[in-house]
Amino acid sequence: MIMIITQAIRFGIVFLYGSTGEILIEKAGHLNLGIPGIMCLGGVGGCMGAYWAYQGGAPAFIVVLLAVFMAMLFGALGGLLYGVFTITMRCNQNVTGLSLTTFGAGVLGFWGTQMGDKEILFAPASRYAFTPSLFFGASTPDNWFTTIFMSHGVLVYLGIVFAIVVSVVLKRTRTGLSLRAVGENPAAADAAGIPVIRYKYVSCILGAAIAGVGGAFYLLDCTRGSLEYVIDAMGWLAVALVIFSLWRSNISIFGSFIFGFLYILPRYIEGVGLAEKEILKVVPYAATALILIVISFFNKKETQPPASLGLPYFREDR
Amino acid sequence: MDNNSKHVREPLVHLTRRLNVSARFAWLIRIGAFVLSILVCCLVSCLLSGKVSFGFFFKHLFEGAFGSGMLVRALLRDLSILLLLALAVTPCFEMRYWNIGGEGQAMMGAFGCALIVSYTSGKMPVWGTIVLSFVTALVMAVIWAVIPALFKAKWNTNETLLTLMFNYIAICLGAYLIKKVVPMGTGILNFDSGTLSSLGSGDFWIIVSAAVVMTVVMFVYQKYSKHGYEISVVGEAPNTARYVGINTKRVVVRTLFLCGLISGLVGFLLVSVKDASFLSDSTMQSTVAGRGFTAVLISWLAHFHPLAMVLTSFLVVFITRGATQVGNMARLGNSYAGMMVGIFFFFIIATEFFINFKIHFRPKAEKKPHETAPTEPEQKPVARDPE
Repeated sequence: MIMIITQAIRFGIVFLYGSTGEILIEKAGHLNLGIPGIMCLGGVGGCMGAYWAYQGGAPAFIVVLLAVFMAMLFGALGGLLYGVFTITMRCNQNVTGLSLTTFGAGVLGFWGTQMGDKEILFAPASRYAFTPSLFFGASTPDNWFTTIFMSHGVLVYLGIVFAIVVSVVLKRTRTGLSLRAVGENPAAADAAGIPVIRYKYVSCILGAAIAGVGGAFYLLDCTRGSLEYVIDAMGWLAVALVIFSLWRSNISIFGSFIFGFLYILPRYIEGVGLAEKEILKVVPYAATALILIVISFFNKKETQPPASLGLPYFREDR
Repeated sequence: MDNNSKHVREPLVHLTRRLNVSARFAWLIRIGAFVLSILVCCLVSCLLSGKVSFGFFFKHLFEGAFGSGMLVRALLRDLSILLLLALAVTPCFEMRYWNIGGEGQAMMGAFGCALIVSYTSGKMPVWGTIVLSFVTALVMAVIWAVIPALFKAKWNTNETLLTLMFNYIAICLGAYLIKKVVPMGTGILNFDSGTLSSLGSGDFWIIVSAAVVMTVVMFVYQKYSKHGYEISVVGEAPNTARYVGINTKRVVVRTLFLCGLISGLVGFLLVSVKDASFLSDSTMQSTVAGRGFTAVLISWLAHFHPLAMVLTSFLVVFITRGATQVGNMARLGNSYAGMMVGIFFFFIIATEFFINFKIHFRPKAEKKPHETAPTEPEQKPVARDPE
């Protein structure tokens, strides 16, 4: 049981990164369906960063730092591309996002094939990302508490920190208020003197950077450096988690745990048929769909999606 | 920030909406973007892999698409299926109902068909199975399309997110069915009997003629029927629609019913005619294989015009099949084609900007005016923002 909980936390963090980034973007009124693709791009960047630093003989700290930096850079580039298309060029957000997902998944697969041809392995470099010793020192007592909460790699804690920071910024700061205003009613925000376009760009790029770390985290921590091509599927779950947690990244910390739990549960339960294991995988999506329906039914202001989600903003339109 | 010091400042780039765009201008831009996208794809491929040269790329691109009679047939078949799915989602988009659930709706059609074939094949006359699987495919897809529409009509539930979730629920249900029928199988259901393709080799003509018929039907439906008119009014001016007495909710549900019918047909064609198999996996590998998402792009790129969709779906299939061939020949892996298709999409999406907006540059003697350099607006995104 302890093992399941530990693994649930780890896999949930992938969703947490993705959803934290997506929350930031959606709060600016942009529905970025390119999150799966951005996470794939981040995975590419993260592995490259970790590999370079490791080959260069850098200490553990630098390896992880460079991996995170490169993942954020690649994610941010994806976010910038999305931003240019949807903010400056006012293209349809759904269409742009879906293209970005196609592109990102393609890049990851292509790059993975190339790395496979060159027989480059990421397992040695990823060791630094998932060993807990970097954070807590080598000697921690061995009981259920430390196993669940302290046996993870440093990126797990970074994900939670990101989620809390985003939550606080959105809820408690003036910047967050302005950002939410941009997502609810950009024309009013513009009239109030908020630089709408700048806010949108910053949130799209920062959000994508955070989501990018999610992809890197999956490849470096969850799979321990072996390249797996399921990040886009996980990215969709991250998008689902945004709704599940009602656009609040502090709730999504717990939501991510639930999603992670459901994601890995089929691997651990016994005495259940394979078909029933498949049906378990439907639960996160079904729960999200249900929540979506319930919040629209109650129609409370606090739980709605940002009002101008998905709509382009052009000042000269009326 | 440095801009704030000057009080009167004309932004470098200024955008205005083009109000009446001639069709010729629009198509000129689109064709330009298409050519440019292929060139960029080629350039990227050359840079990424030493094995690809300019000539190599174009030779195999065209060979992969039109190299032999068989390949042309495969191209037309893929085109037809994509076109059908794009036709399904088009009326939804026309009324600004962002149904990105074409994937799931076609998946449920495929699911319904596979369900019937797996359980009745051999116990029923073949024709019975085929008819029953066809009907079930339509019913399942309609149910899958109408549920989000009902919630949209009743409580204004966000349809983009809900249909997105429904896609994955459908895929998970498909995976459940496969494991239920063959618990220890390879994860794919193959059908030797009970499908249309098991009767003969007319599968190519069935798919293509279905696409041709549906294209004409949708064109007429959109352009000449009262329903089509209502859809466009609901999309462009929901308040006007209400004012003139159109029952908006009914139009939404009715349109999604139609969408479900066509995507159910696609599901049936995929399982019973094209593949004679059913695949669904929680890693998002499936019989529909992302076509539902591509269909969204195709429909949108064609401005929801059924005949233009023939062209856009042709371009997408051409790039996909051509790039797959290039990738195979240069051993670049399966994902190479996806990357190229992504690049192609970006270029085509960008054309909308150049069609809808006019770029004005600050008049200045020493500045060289760039006509339509696509990188120009992205360098100065914040330039025209602060006043």
